[in-house]
Parts: sequence; structure tokens; C-alpha cells
Amino acid sequence: MMRSRRVFFTIILMCAGALMLFAGIVSGEPSSVMRKAVYICLECIGIG
Amino acid sequence: MARRLVQLLTALIYNINIKGFFAGGIYKGRLKSVCVPGLNCYSCPGAVGSCPVGALQSSVGAVRNGISFYVIGFLILTGSIFGRFICGWACPFGFLQELLHKIPSPKLRKKRAFGVLKYIKYVVLAVFVLLLPAYFFIRDGVTVPAFCKYICPAGTLEAGVPLVLLNESLYQSIGRLFSWKLLVLAAAIVLSVFIYRPFCRFVCPLGAVYALFNRVSVFGIKSEEDKCTLCGACARACKSDIDPSVNPNSGECIRCGDCVRVCPTGAIRLGAMYFNKPGDSPKRRDAR
Repeated sequence: MMRSRRVFFTIILMCAGALMLFAGIVSGEPSSVMRKAVYICLECIGIG
Repeated sequence: MARRLVQLLTALIYNINIKGFFAGGIYKGRLKSVCVPGLNCYSCPGAVGSCPVGALQSSVGAVRNGISFYVIGFLILTGSIFGRFICGWACPFGFLQELLHKIPSPKLRKKRAFGVLKYIKYVVLAVFVLLLPAYFFIRDGVTVPAFCKYICPAGTLEAGVPLVLLNESLYQSIGRLFSWKLLVLAAAIVLSVFIYRPFCRFVCPLGAVYALFNRVSVFGIKSEEDKCTLCGACARACKSDIDPSVNPNSGECIRCGDCVRVCPTGAIRLGAMYFNKPGDSPKRRDAR
């Protein structure tokens, strides 16, 4: 892959990632992440 | 030395809720809605952010569209900027494995089996992080974080052990699953003494995600063929068993910079927007 094409691909990926992140924030997904993370995850610690 | 400092600072920043280690509870503030780039259990008493792998598993079925744009977008953005630079510089569990590897002992390097074992992490990503949580959600309506539950030794070390020691009720609840997870943790610790970062190289699903971006990430390694004398110093120095003069942006490269440090001619550099494709050095191709 040519260098310029790689740079282009990287920029596309960064833009896609940023857009998805933004879409997730707008749709309130951070609160879903937080709801899970503020309680001790019994499965994660090997109890649940 | 700079990398060690960054690794230490990152581990501290991820787990800055020090009082949690004394109180036996976890941080419940708003920062928990933010993912950290490295593998760091959000049930660790010190954790102030969320583990992206844990968040990805728990998001299966928990968000409106079935997948989390927020977590996947975070991983794509972080991966396309840093790639596995995160593994080498900003992962507390990777840092621990590196420290363990400093214990004097015979070291296992460049084994043929390692070339096959490195693919296990992609299977773990697909099966334990994506498919099993989805399967349990479809079957029972409840998401099960299969990787965290059955494998993740970082969660056992950072969250399981301290919380069980600090909480009598949790201590009373431990059973076979906890024993299994302790066994996985013990295996990771013992193997780290003999093999460089075995969990990161062979099992970690977050490493697998970032490895997919390593060839196109903004931060990368450049090997300049006109300066390279094919002395092989970089390949000998690489603990991840890569030949940086041939494949500088291999998915296994964690950007530790060991190859940069030992190169006698300064042919290898670590920086932004450097891209090489594997084997694009004619000199090296001819030499093989």
C-alpha cells in the first residue's frame, strides 16, 4: 500500500472512530457504561 | 526509562482512587463513564475509568442497537492513533508482566510455537468478548462478560483479590470460579518470568484489537532501508520476536522502542505518520 493511501486510510479510520464515539455519546451510551462500572462486577472478580 | 515512567504514571492515573483500597469499595463517580485505553478492571477499588473490554462485553444487548458505538468508536479512534503503542506504554497489566520478566531466569524466545499462539488472542476476542456475551443475551436476556468471568487475570489481580480480602461477604462467596481465576492469574504471573508479556502476546483481546490497527496507526515505527546495514541488532533486541527491519509495524510490535535504542545507525525511528509495509526493504528481501 502506498504511503499516501495509508495516510488516507488512517484518516478515514480516525474520522469513523470519532463519528461513532460522538454518536454513542449523543445517544447516551456513556451512562450505560457507567451503570455497569459503578457496581462491583461479581463475574469480573470471579464470584458471579 | 521514559517508558517505565509513563507506564507507572498511567497505572497510577487509571487507579487514582487510593481510598478504595482501604475502604474495600469502588469509585462510583461520573468518570466511570469514560473508557481508559489500557486493560484495567473497572471493579478495581482504585479504578476511576472503565475497561474498554469490559464495557464492550457489557454493552452487548445493553444498548439500543445491540452494539455500542461509544465503545467501538473509542477503540477505533484510539487504535488508529496509537495502535499497540497503548500496550507498550499505557497498560498496567503489561507493565506488571514486564517487571516479572526482569526476574533472573532462563528466557524463552523465538519459539516456533509463539508464531501460532499469537493468533489465540483473536479467537479470544471473537469468542469470549463478542460471541459468548451475545449468545447469553439472546438465550437468557442477560449479558455475561465471558472474558472477564472466565479469563481476565487483570481483573482477578486488580479487583478480585483486593475486594475479597477487604470484604468479608465477598470472601464468604468465593467458589470454584474464583479458584479457576486464581489459577489463570498464577499461570500468567509464572509464565511472565520466562516469556515476555505472555498474556499480552497470546491472550489479550484488547491487544488483538490494537494489533489490527498497528499497520495504519498514526504512531508507528519506520525502518529506513538506506541507513540499515542488516546487522540484525534490532531483531536480537526485540522481546516480541519481530524483525523490525523487515516488519516494523507488525501487529505484535508494542512500540517499546528497544529496537530504536540498539540500532547503531539510527535507521529505526519511532514517531508519527511513519508507514512501512512488511518486507518493503529490497536489501532485506535479497538477504533472506
